[in-house]
Amino acid sequence: MEKEKSFYERLEARGISRRSFMKYCTALTATMGLSAAYVPKVAEVFAAPAQRPPVVWLHFGECTGCSESLLRSQYPYVDDLVLEVLSIEYHETIMAAAGHQAEENLHAAVKKHAGKFICVVEGSIATAYDGGYGKVAGRTFLEIAKEVIPQAAATIAYGTCACFGGVPAAKPNPGGYKGVKDAIGVSTLNIPGCPPNPINLVGTVVNYLLLGKLPALDDMGRPLFAFGKTIHDQCPRRSHFENGEFVEKFGSEEAALGYCLYKVGCRGPETYNNCPVAKFNDGTSWPVEAGHPCIGCSEPDFWDTMTPFYEEM
Amino acid sequence: MENALDIQIPKNARILRNMLHGAQFQHDHIVHFYHLHALDWVDIVSALKADPKKTAELADNVSNAQVGGTSYFKQVQQRLQTFVDSGQLGPFANAYWGHPAYLLTPEANLMASAHYIEALRLQARTARMHAIFGGKNPHPQSLVVGGITCVADLTPDRIAEFLYICKETQEFVENVYIPDLLAVASFYKEWGGVGGCANYLAYGDFPESEKEPESLYMPQGAIYNRDLSKVVPLDQMKVTEDVTRGWYEAGSPKHPWSGETKPLKENPKYDTQNAGGKYSWCKAPRYDGKSCEVGPLARVLAAYGKGHSDIKPLVDDTLKKLGIPATALFSTLGRTAARGLETVAVGRRTQQWVTELIENLKNGDTATCAEYEMKDGQGYGWNDVPRGSLGHWIQIKDGKIDRYQYVVPSTWNLGPRDAAGQMSPVEEALIGTPIADPKRPVEILRTVHSFDPCIACAVHVIDPHSNEVYKIKVC
Repeated sequence: MEKEKSFYERLEARGISRRSFMKYCTALTATMGLSAAYVPKVAEVFAAPAQRPPVVWLHFGECTGCSESLLRSQYPYVDDLVLEVLSIEYHETIMAAAGHQAEENLHAAVKKHAGKFICVVEGSIATAYDGGYGKVAGRTFLEIAKEVIPQAAATIAYGTCACFGGVPAAKPNPGGYKGVKDAIGVSTLNIPGCPPNPINLVGTVVNYLLLGKLPALDDMGRPLFAFGKTIHDQCPRRSHFENGEFVEKFGSEEAALGYCLYKVGCRGPETYNNCPVAKFNDGTSWPVEAGHPCIGCSEPDFWDTMTPFYEEM
Repeated sequence: MENALDIQIPKNARILRNMLHGAQFQHDHIVHFYHLHALDWVDIVSALKADPKKTAELADNVSNAQVGGTSYFKQVQQRLQTFVDSGQLGPFANAYWGHPAYLLTPEANLMASAHYIEALRLQARTARMHAIFGGKNPHPQSLVVGGITCVADLTPDRIAEFLYICKETQEFVENVYIPDLLAVASFYKEWGGVGGCANYLAYGDFPESEKEPESLYMPQGAIYNRDLSKVVPLDQMKVTEDVTRGWYEAGSPKHPWSGETKPLKENPKYDTQNAGGKYSWCKAPRYDGKSCEVGPLARVLAAYGKGHSDIKPLVDDTLKKLGIPATALFSTLGRTAARGLETVAVGRRTQQWVTELIENLKNGDTATCAEYEMKDGQGYGWNDVPRGSLGHWIQIKDGKIDRYQYVVPSTWNLGPRDAAGQMSPVEEALIGTPIADPKRPVEILRTVHSFDPCIACAVHVIDPHSNEVYKIKVC
């Protein structure tokens, strides 16, 4: 209670009212597909978690765009996530320790929290040449993944690379990069996207904290609350598709009218994600709203199967 | 592509690209200073010992920050204390806290720690500038060959939203970031004599007309042997990459248009010890055969050398405030200061570009994307992104990309040695770094991080007394 009180005081000191915070929790609860009865419970998870679950975040073949996307989370801001909601035991980008001390943190966390930590993986794993294409501190991604991941309570593959291989696995893929599941044969919860939307990671974590289990998944390991429908089925430009009103050139009158982007290569009909509803950066926009066709960045092998990007499917 | 196909992008597209790029500078540099570099100088544990009242006085004295006061700093300190008392130190565990090379007072440490948290929140809002016109951040998605796609967002409400986030961010830059930078620098003036390089390269960026490089707001040029009196004009044909020390098949240094990327297959372990002197996935980029530093310091030096009307007074004023000479710019401190100063200049200019966009739209110009015909040929594109000079080289054949090479900032700064044994800028900068304790070399982190490296890099430290080799991972 005491903690909860100070949480709201802090929010208010930052100019965020209790009301706007509850509004966010309502949106998050809806994104997760839970009933409105859960809204106060979702708020509770941020205000006063019984314990901060340990998280080990591994970086493999990636660009850190997924970590960056999480840094853009608002309500909860990332300092709340780090200081009050989760215990980030290892994360190369944000941790203060370096070198041997950083590696010690990884080993200590895995040992201390064996079977209890959440492992988040960003990036894909090189498998050719005994994993020789990707190393951290002299050890291959493959060795690290095989050692750490089987000891986690659950593993979340965050971003298309960790889920399905992503850009490093694009043809000709000399390093033999694969997603976590294919590389080491464990089942993972997959939140694809390039980058993924942080609200889908937050939603998954809140589900875990709230219900003590991971959300319902589809046959590719993706949470149904976020990846149950295609972009096309949720697209605000859908009526233009039905009416046969298409953009055929960027910079045209049709583009200015916000017509359907199908003929300039939109992959919305083949892509499962909640971008049109959740949007990015606190609901600011998403690619189709910015006039750009969906490139299918959350689908397996999108770099090979969705290209050439600007040609009709 | 636009260079290869002779495309002149519309004015709206040029201005909007500058605005998005300016927003990127504001965002990246704030995150770098506070979240990727500050803890090399700021001891967050020492902040627990600070007197919140004295911290408030210090903050009032050095800055015009909107948030502050005794109760504010008390609250931040309490929050940190609660965090530490939980026993779960998370990302702050096992760092070099208490190291004798940390020189700030507990109050200065608390002030900087509070601003670390403020900046963490601000950057999430700052990134929304990209989302407004780019659909999302990171990886905005509204740039296409010929121009931009975000035509439906060129409306007064969206432009105003962008402008006000830009102003909010700039308010933080000028009233918090820069005062913090100066306050921290005043404790670490000796770092104005450590960590400099000889040569600097800036492609320049932010075209303010179709004339490049003349109209670039951040100018183009090279500086050799720290000679600020001569900013050398550039020729893109002088860029080469050397693969002597990279895990690639042997070959002479090549311009990117004829560049090859053939990873070695005969040494599948990619060991640093047994690859015939090869030890890196980076190639070694050279300009006119020289190893050059790229990034904020190179850009600011090129602008300073050319007498830039915004940059020169900012630099001179800072040198005066710190009481250090211009030669101190060639250093770790100079690099970190340059990053802050260019954020001031670019952030102010970004607001002017917003005005320019509004005027252009008011004049009835609605063009956002140029039409073009695909044809065979070759082209190059130069940008100067927050981390430094970035080049793309492309060749088109039968309407498809035939060859493509890019040379990125961190490859310039962190590439391996070349055939002549020339060092990369980071290696050059580390020579002579004083290290109090080779097992906890926070001093190395300061110089390496000052380059804002986009790479996980291995640094080997040799103790001159025991000749013991320590391998330190810096990320």
